[in-house]
Amino acid sequence: MSAADRNATTLTHAIAPEILAGAGRDPARATVIENPKLAVRHLDFYYGDFQALRGIHMDIAERQVTAFIGPSGCGKSTLLRTLNRIYDLYPEQRASGEILLDGHNILDRDQDLNALRAKVGMVFQKPTPFPMSVHENIAFGVRLYERLSRTRMDDRVEWALRKAALWDEVKDKLRQGGTRLSGGQQQRLCIARAIAVKPEVLLLDEPASALDPISTLKIEELIAELKSDYTIVLVTHNMQQAARVSDYTAFMYLGNLVEYADTSTLFTNPSQKQTEDYITGRYG
Amino acid sequence: MNGASARYMRRRVVNWVSLSMSVLGTLFGLFWLVWLLWTLVARGVRWLSPELFTQSTPPPLAPGGIANAIVGSILITALGVIVGTPIGILAATWLAEFSRRSRLAAVIRFVNDILLSAPSIVIGVFIYGVVVARFGHFSGWAGGLALAIIMLPVVLRTTEDMLKLVPDQMREAAAAVGAPRWRVTVMVVYRAALGGIITGVLLGVARISGETAPLLFTALNNQFWSTDMNRPIANLPVMIFQFAMSPYDNWQHLAWAAALLITLAILALSLFARLVIRSRSFVK
Repeated sequence: MSAADRNATTLTHAIAPEILAGAGRDPARATVIENPKLAVRHLDFYYGDFQALRGIHMDIAERQVTAFIGPSGCGKSTLLRTLNRIYDLYPEQRASGEILLDGHNILDRDQDLNALRAKVGMVFQKPTPFPMSVHENIAFGVRLYERLSRTRMDDRVEWALRKAALWDEVKDKLRQGGTRLSGGQQQRLCIARAIAVKPEVLLLDEPASALDPISTLKIEELIAELKSDYTIVLVTHNMQQAARVSDYTAFMYLGNLVEYADTSTLFTNPSQKQTEDYITGRYG
Repeated sequence: MNGASARYMRRRVVNWVSLSMSVLGTLFGLFWLVWLLWTLVARGVRWLSPELFTQSTPPPLAPGGIANAIVGSILITALGVIVGTPIGILAATWLAEFSRRSRLAAVIRFVNDILLSAPSIVIGVFIYGVVVARFGHFSGWAGGLALAIIMLPVVLRTTEDMLKLVPDQMREAAAAVGAPRWRVTVMVVYRAALGGIITGVLLGVARISGETAPLLFTALNNQFWSTDMNRPIANLPVMIFQFAMSPYDNWQHLAWAAALLITLAILALSLFARLVIRSRSFVK
């Protein structure tokens, strides 16, 4: 089952009316970000007849880490999946509104999706190495857009693996199957694969939720490291993780963006009651 | 004895009974298989000789081999595989990758299932009608075409099932590095399903290499050495059918030898394919 399906089927929480009050209707508190890398405007999203996102409005800062938090089914993964239009693989899913990447609306009908995804890379919750060698896993994406000689390709593979803090562990296993690595290594392989294409934005969909604590730590260190080169958007279930690694945090609930602020403000001084309830563990 | 332990006893009894029945069922199935193979080996192995491969089918009571039937079978089967496999794989690709939920796909699936269970003699008569009768003579081409039609639904069905087993996350991951749909299919999905697709093709080969009825109406038989696909051509199944039913001892012996040979050939092919898949596969 894809993440999208999961979101569509689990969004059936009972809703206390007072929780919904004011959800996403506080433009006064909307965080202003100068020259955002991504700007989401009036975004609605539908799985068939089901509306999963309602009027999302947010700016995402360049070379910063932005985290989406919220309970299961709140739409955080859905929002992430609109940013590279991966949902487009499924005919029954559609988005309306605008998402501006460097001022250019990627929801346009004539947007080249493959070029978009080369620019906006993505790493999924479950590690998804391709059924090929470690080297091939990384070269696969690079070959789509660049013609490199063998040595330059080897250099690129090494560069990406070093960036993903995986090189030392796999430098002798480059010709082995990517699926033979451990779960944490597979996930870093997927990050290396995304980086190798030289994207500008990295979307991480709960990248550490299937990993053990040590691998999780490595991924978090990696996120901090990669921030200097990439705009990173992170979906996480884990509030501590959001607090540790992100610069901005968005709290979502039932398809609404409830609150969006810089991370320390959101966690120490939330303006919405729902946010406070969530981060203090009262529901979700 | 209290209620809980009565339940526990009941569960143990049910477990024991089900397990015993499964074992008995397995043994029952295996019994016939072993008996069949044993008979085949016991009655066939003593008639294996080098002459089988060097001489053509003899007249009654004269020495000879089955070289013409072996070569004829290889030619017809190869034609069946060459025509049936690509059509089957392409159709399955369309069904599984590009049109999973359309109405037309559902109709095609249904028709394919009918074709899958169509009696092979009907397919033989069909080819007789559209090829043999039109051209006025039996031929190897007609035989190969009949086998292709029998092979097609087998390959289509297994390939589609195998492609559907590849998780959507794999497709998403490949699309997320910017790969166009056809590359996702060819480079990632096919590779992930390679073992299953090859198994499907082998199932098809095994199925058609033993088919007799459709060849009776199409390739017929030929007592002499011939590789001319435009003329009736010798083949193992029809030869076995003819020789096994004959009153002549030497023909019956050749039939046993041929039956054993077909079985061994399919066994060898399966083992070989499995080894190839294992050595080339990156999937656990």
